Amino acid sequence: MLVEILIILIKVLAVLGMVMPMAGLLGWIERKGSALIHDRIGANRASIFGFAGAGLVNTLMADPLKFATKEDVIPRGADRLLHTLAPCVNLFPVLVAFAVLPFGDVLLVGDREINLQIAPLGIGVMYVLAMMSLGVYGVVLGGWASNNRWSLLGGIRGSAQMISYELPMGLAVVAMILTYGTLDLQEMARAQGQLLWGWLPAWGILYQPLAFLIFLVAGIAESKRIPFDLPESEAELISGYFTEYSGMKHLMFFMTDFVEVVIVSALVATLFFGGWQVPYLFASGFVFPGGATIDLPNLVVVLLQMASFTFKIIFFCWFQIMIRWTIPRFRYDQLMHLGWLGLLPLGFVNIVATAIIIMVRQ
Amino acid sequence: MSPLTFFPLAALIVACALGVILNLHPIRSALCLAMTLFLMAVMFVFLDAHLVAALQVIVYAGAILVLFLFVIMLLNLEADLPQKRRRVLTMAASAIGVVFALLSLRPLFFPGGALPGPGFDAAVPAEFGTATGIGELLFTRYVLPFEITGVLLLVAVLGAVVLAKKKLV
Repeated sequence: MLVEILIILIKVLAVLGMVMPMAGLLGWIERKGSALIHDRIGANRASIFGFAGAGLVNTLMADPLKFATKEDVIPRGADRLLHTLAPCVNLFPVLVAFAVLPFGDVLLVGDREINLQIAPLGIGVMYVLAMMSLGVYGVVLGGWASNNRWSLLGGIRGSAQMISYELPMGLAVVAMILTYGTLDLQEMARAQGQLLWGWLPAWGILYQPLAFLIFLVAGIAESKRIPFDLPESEAELISGYFTEYSGMKHLMFFMTDFVEVVIVSALVATLFFGGWQVPYLFASGFVFPGGATIDLPNLVVVLLQMASFTFKIIFFCWFQIMIRWTIPRFRYDQLMHLGWLGLLPLGFVNIVATAIIIMVRQ
Repeated sequence: MSPLTFFPLAALIVACALGVILNLHPIRSALCLAMTLFLMAVMFVFLDAHLVAALQVIVYAGAILVLFLFVIMLLNLEADLPQKRRRVLTMAASAIGVVFALLSLRPLFFPGGALPGPGFDAAVPAEFGTATGIGELLFTRYVLPFEITGVLLLVAVLGAVVLAKKKLV
């Protein structure tokens, strides 16, 4: 019993220990990457004895320190309780959503099989959707409790946008559930280990390219970043729903956006790009289509799987940041059009088509 | 479900539900309702009904309650009813609430009576609460209520569309 609790604790710490630094690192990629795109130098001021680490000292040490030591301002007339609660309500659901994401197959320690997934829930992907649907509360509360018109506008825009894009996201996930016949993300990742025609890894994107597109667009919209950053839109709403936040609370809102980027990347990788699968890597080692095999011990296989999952997540994080600095912001009507008249009908068509194909093939 | 988890959780749910009706501010009431629904989902998890819990969070806490909040925020309601009317309503509502509570606890008043249900240490069937189990029940034993609910929802959606369209003309 105690050993099992310990194992779960280690898994939780491992996942959080990966997600939080990754969110911090994204801040660095975002600042230096945008500087590259803009053809300017970017964060380079903070240094320790002359070591600036290409802006890493600035974004990973100086910025958090600055946030931590800033005065925490609660505006006059604001709802003090809800104002403080909002950033926590915002960050909590996206962090706990990682509980069902598998980051590897089965690790063998002695005669114990450890499933590399914090919580093997039968409802898997539904749990992630449920947690992501709670994310809207932080936005609404932050916008309302600040007693500021810009904040309120941002909060209202945010809730409308998040509700609108949850639907196509859910529809894309339903198509994937139909394809794999399971709700469990670990089972989905395992199902993608098969090979098509003996050489092509059977990743989800080959079956469901349309669902991938819908999911990616809706996911980017869920993280409320450009081109979907109307809830924040700094040019017109100052900073939207977190205008009136300073110090650590501001940092928490900031972190939430990055953690959302990470979880969307992780979900895209798990649903459409094989999760922790490495092409041709099986439980016993590599088995290439030609017949060549390389036997590997379980620990190496697991480490390769975790590295593969991490690499895929980082790739899609990078991809989302590229989009954020490439595409201009949508207008509000364009945003609603894309969601309700573009993605939603596409999602329905995709589900019906998927269902028909599955029926015919049976 | 063990009594050790049931009673604290039930107490929390009741406290949040009381918060819904006792809070004077509509936003806080709505948030208490969201908390109540979320804690109900937690209760479902402890009762092995994982799918129902997820649906509860997605549909009620994640969508419907957000719409409530949305409307309340836009209307920016303050004190809603005059003091006197509120007092009358509070009295009437409390009386009705007490009557219903007594009715639902009715079996306890008879000697040897117990509340209906399987009790705390009842065994749960293997398929219970899973997507497969619920899906099978919906399409076999409860297919008629399920289809009727579907038709009802469709009618409601059509009604909403008709009502929303009218304003444009």
